Amino acid sequence: MIEKTEIHRHTIAVLVDNEFGVLARVVGLFSGRGYNIESLTVAKVDEKENLSRITIVTTGTMMVIEQIKAQLNRLVPVHSIADLTLDGPSVEREMALVKVEGTGEKRVEALRMADIFRASAVDVTESSLVFEVTGDREKVKAFVALMEPLGEVEVCRTGIVALKRGHETI
Amino acid sequence: MANQEMTGAEIVIQALVDQGVEVIFGYPGGAVLPLYDALFKQNSIRHILVRQEGGAVHAAEGYARSTGKPGVVLVTSGPGATNAVTGLADALLDSIPIICLTGQVATHLIGNDAFQEADTVGITRPVTKHNYLVKSAKDMARTVHEAFHVATSGRPGPVVIDLPKDTQFEEAEYLPPALVQHKSYKPQVKGDLKAIKEAVSLIANAKKPIFYTGGGVINSGPKASDLLTKFVRMTGYPITNTLMGLGSYPASDRQFLGMLGMHGTYEANHAMHDCDVMICIGARFDDRITGRLDAFSPNSKKIHVDIDPSSINKNVPVDIPIVGDVAHILEDMIKVWKTDVCRPDAAALEEWWQQIEGWRSRDCLKFTQSGPIIKPQYALSRLNELTKGKNRYFTTEVGQHQMWAAQYLQFEEPNRWMTSGGLGTMGYGLPSAMGVQVAHPDALVIDVSGEASAMMNIQELSTIMQYRLPVKVFLLNNEYMGMVRQWQELLHGSRYSESYMESLPDFVKLAEAFGGTGLRCTDPDKVDEAIIQMIETDGPVLLDMVVDKEENVFPMVPSGAAHNEMLLADNAEGEGPEVSREGMTLV
Repeated sequence: MIEKTEIHRHTIAVLVDNEFGVLARVVGLFSGRGYNIESLTVAKVDEKENLSRITIVTTGTMMVIEQIKAQLNRLVPVHSIADLTLDGPSVEREMALVKVEGTGEKRVEALRMADIFRASAVDVTESSLVFEVTGDREKVKAFVALMEPLGEVEVCRTGIVALKRGHETI
Repeated sequence: MANQEMTGAEIVIQALVDQGVEVIFGYPGGAVLPLYDALFKQNSIRHILVRQEGGAVHAAEGYARSTGKPGVVLVTSGPGATNAVTGLADALLDSIPIICLTGQVATHLIGNDAFQEADTVGITRPVTKHNYLVKSAKDMARTVHEAFHVATSGRPGPVVIDLPKDTQFEEAEYLPPALVQHKSYKPQVKGDLKAIKEAVSLIANAKKPIFYTGGGVINSGPKASDLLTKFVRMTGYPITNTLMGLGSYPASDRQFLGMLGMHGTYEANHAMHDCDVMICIGARFDDRITGRLDAFSPNSKKIHVDIDPSSINKNVPVDIPIVGDVAHILEDMIKVWKTDVCRPDAAALEEWWQQIEGWRSRDCLKFTQSGPIIKPQYALSRLNELTKGKNRYFTTEVGQHQMWAAQYLQFEEPNRWMTSGGLGTMGYGLPSAMGVQVAHPDALVIDVSGEASAMMNIQELSTIMQYRLPVKVFLLNNEYMGMVRQWQELLHGSRYSESYMESLPDFVKLAEAFGGTGLRCTDPDKVDEAIIQMIETDGPVLLDMVVDKEENVFPMVPSGAAHNEMLLADNAEGEGPEVSREGMTLV
């Protein structure tokens, strides 16, 4: 049996009508019921059906995770929900833009690290760089941590997007 | 031929007519003038003009709960909508189908801090099942029809439709209601047959079973109550009801153990604690029922029937969840019970009933009426006796009188008992009784009230007078916010901080000032006479029943205690369970 008080991290994908206030409904549900949001992404994914996909990374006991899914399902504009953590293997990616200031050896080191992480420089000035890095959350986290002593001054992360592996859809 | 163009306001009214609406509770204002104009020009829908928007929603709730039909509210923008919020929250927690139409400033002014503008969809989002902002008259008809579908299907609830004033003037084509499959909203009605079979087998093999049923049975319609009664009688098992479920099983029946929970009976709570199979139907294991969660019915297998999947495993993990409509599932359960030729274990059941009779003999609702002061329990049991057999409906406010009403009034049928269970809204009962009386003009509608709650929506006496609604207000007057005072006595060293009601009005004169009849009773020997006079006087009557000021509601499961650790009237001092520090923080 799963330990009742153990905290789990789950990635939940929600397909919703792309209508007025739908994000507020989802976010309001989380804040109103005291659930955590670690990361949240949303964008329109189906032009024809006018659907948006919301990806939420949340934490809680299994009872709470099950409640979150049931509560999301109660929202009228919600079409379907998938717990990508429970449903088997999935691909998770996040993108970050990292601005690094510096010259000389630090700048060279930053570029070397970026190369290892397959991050690309998307903006360059004489004293600054903006890197674009993509990967799972651990990779992005590691890259940001490495850039910190090399002059990182600003970070922007997209939050997790995720899909099930294989042919199955949600 | 294309349909004729109508204004948005006319479309809304036509959609209401086509949805079978007969009455609206409302209050006009600037942002709904076109709607009121459209109302003026038709004769199918009756409008009841309340005195405050909060009263309109409670009236619609009373209407809905006593008829099974959705209640409809019409209010203006800004303060009209914000005044309706409490009623909406009330309807959400008690799962009452309400359609609330709110006016809104014109679309081009939204977000401009215009006069009487409020973000109504933003404010009402967490207190409704769903809400809409209609931005064009061409969406009006579809939205209203969809709102009725959402409010009344699945687990019912309130739905707000926010209507900007310009869209009420705009012309568009009317669309009649059609059986549209909603794209994403599809509540499950039929229960999973495999789970039902498993449940029936568990029920049949139980040694110490109990049915624990709630408001979901009533929301499912009168057929569900019939099926429940049939099934419970087939099994011979004991049954207890939640506050919301009273009336879903006849109270006079031997198998009925009374209400359970914080102020439930000794036998109901003990049977819940000691049972081996709990059959929860249309109830949701809320904190008033379970008491301390880790001590809740520790040795039972639990079956949970609910139309809302989010109610399953929310507070208490269950063994067999069945999602679906109560009536459908009970029908299937009865079928399976018959085809499998289930026979309960007679010997075990006999022993179980003996144990229950032992608890029952504790006679936990016993009280003694002696001396010159009226006991509230006595007043209510007399009210119950003297109105028996009449076509009666009861509403209540919130507090001690509400619990006594639940304990001492008997409900033989569903839809006869309207009380604010989930939200606990003081001021609910009077407007709610008004809504019940509108739906049942010839019935005896009684609002069991307290003097503190009564003051919260007393203005509705004026509405009651305007429409000649013969509502009877049975006011138990102890000059205290009784339940607050009781908790202060038990938990805060009898320091009655701000719970005494000073400068109360003379309720007899107050009733008369509104144009009704006021009566007062202070003598235990005259209680019957006063009640009969209240019933027999035509028109609205307020009976000021002056009762014992410091009477407490027992039994009581103190907050933080296990549900079988009850304070009873005769053990309240001394030997009762201690309230822990943790318990003190609970509401």
